[in-house]
Amino acid sequence: MATAGTDVQPGVSESSTTGHLGPDSRRRHLRRELGRAWKYRELYLLLLPAILFFVIFRYIPMGGLVMGFQNYSPVRGFLGSPWVGFQHFETLFALPKFLEVFRNTVIISLYKLFIGFPVPIIFALLLNEVRHLLFKRAIQTVTYFPHFLSWVVYGGIMVLFIGPGGAVPEGLEAIGLKMPALLVNPKYFRTILVITNIMKEFGWAAIVYLAAIASIDPSIYEAAMVDGANRLQQARYITLPGLRGIMGIVFILSMGNILEAGFEQVFVMYNPAVYAVGDILDTYIYRIGLVDGRFSLATAVGLFRSVIAAIMIVMTNYILKRADQPTLW
Amino acid sequence: MSAHIETTDYEEQPLRARWHSNRLAETIIYSVLLLLGIISMLPIWHTLNASLSSPEKVAQAVLLLWPHSFTLDSYLFIFKGEALIRSFGVTVFITVVGTALNLLVTSAAAYPLSRRDLPGRQFIMLFIMVTFVFSAGIVPGFMLVRSLGLINSLWAMIWPTLVNVFFLILLRNFFENLPDAVIESARMDGSSEMRILFQIVIPMSLPAIATMGLFYAVSHWNEFFRGIFYIYDPAKWPLQVLLRSVVIQANLNEIGFSNQDMYGNAQVSQLTIRAATVIAAIVPMALLYPFVQRFFVQGIVLGAEKG
Repeated sequence: MATAGTDVQPGVSESSTTGHLGPDSRRRHLRRELGRAWKYRELYLLLLPAILFFVIFRYIPMGGLVMGFQNYSPVRGFLGSPWVGFQHFETLFALPKFLEVFRNTVIISLYKLFIGFPVPIIFALLLNEVRHLLFKRAIQTVTYFPHFLSWVVYGGIMVLFIGPGGAVPEGLEAIGLKMPALLVNPKYFRTILVITNIMKEFGWAAIVYLAAIASIDPSIYEAAMVDGANRLQQARYITLPGLRGIMGIVFILSMGNILEAGFEQVFVMYNPAVYAVGDILDTYIYRIGLVDGRFSLATAVGLFRSVIAAIMIVMTNYILKRADQPTLW
Repeated sequence: MSAHIETTDYEEQPLRARWHSNRLAETIIYSVLLLLGIISMLPIWHTLNASLSSPEKVAQAVLLLWPHSFTLDSYLFIFKGEALIRSFGVTVFITVVGTALNLLVTSAAAYPLSRRDLPGRQFIMLFIMVTFVFSAGIVPGFMLVRSLGLINSLWAMIWPTLVNVFFLILLRNFFENLPDAVIESARMDGSSEMRILFQIVIPMSLPAIATMGLFYAVSHWNEFFRGIFYIYDPAKWPLQVLLRSVVIQANLNEIGFSNQDMYGNAQVSQLTIRAATVIAAIVPMALLYPFVQRFFVQGIVLGAEKG
């Protein structure tokens, strides 16, 4: 809207003074800012429902974290319950059960990360070699589908398949073979978690790699073909290095989610027989908090979990920023 | 003439060798992929066939590759009672109403945040991102829902998931990349921001909003934890909570399967009932899936563009 023919940069006019601002001009500045904001009132109105949502459902519960520093009793409420400082945290760190649950969480996450990480990459590399489009689409369709099922459904199918009284053990018994009870045996439980998680998610997880492969410059492949590189060599020396960036991002993001060992999966598949190896922070918080009603102790565990998770996310973002990759903020 | 043929032979030799090794590689690649596809579908396929077979056949077979003694009795049985239909009703309600509210509030918030000139934009984004990084956790969330009087209310599964931060940022990025000219000219004409949003911005972004809607809908359909945390009245259980009880914990009385049925009924067994229940919960997702699939690649690309 600047006058035609002037070279003045937008926002810089002759009347705008910088430097020494007196209290008077500061007040004027504030009034001008408010006046400017008033012009945007309709936009703020559009934002209002979302802001209210974040205040009520995300910020107000943060106030509830005071329970972790109280002996909270629902009868007395937040204001009437006695303060105990860090007592619950001291209890926690001395509690063998808490240490066990924390260790289980990290171990299950790391297993899933390290064993599950290469599967979608290999899958994407194989899929990339397929020239038969109908076949490619069919494989994508069936491998992506389980991602959209809930863990209740997928875990339920697994229980019906390999669980006690399920198809595979019953059928094997009918022909005289005995299969160990996989879901109630601490020896196999984590393995089952890792394998079923890979089975459910590898197809979906390959999408980012397929997108990255699609963005590799085709002329590099043409040049390699002219030089006589076969398809294995092309995959090894062009496609795989082309995926390095996205592999790093996926790996770091997974590291940032190290405390997410898969609440819903564990919740539907575990049972008291495997608590020693399968109980994770989230299931533990749920049981002591909402089932046993030990609100203060459960809040303390939850706060510990949230603080570590927040540190991990901030670190993740920092690492991605340093590596010049897209970041969360 | 003969010299010419010789050179052709000479040139074709390595080509044919390459073709042979390619054929071997191709066979291996196709086989591995086929195997992965089978692994993905086999447990689901088996369960589908178990739900359509007679109980004694299910008890005998290790793996059902097709229905044995085809029957729909298990489905007739599970839909005879009210429990499953009622839970379907609950889940359809939270999916339809929840997704509609999600889309309305997320789009309404994404538009102002996409305006680079909005005073305080940075601050509001920070205010939102904080909730992405740090959450109060399960117990304080439960306390809030309880003090709002939402225990045993279907709204306890709708309000706490009203806006997904990740989707909000993706949609804001999408709006930022819309061509400015159209919006600018509407503003010059004196259109209100509300009109610009609903008559220009949203119609221009329908594929992105549809993608987001599908993802929101899938998450409502799969809603489980809020049902476990907040709904204690079995008459208001969402589908996934009923499924856990019936399929995983084998509480078949939840859907009207009594001990008498267990011993006196040859048409269904607890295995076929559980299989039919889980398949019934998949069918709507399977019907929605082709639409999800058409859109999600765009959604992912949308997400990869900017973070």
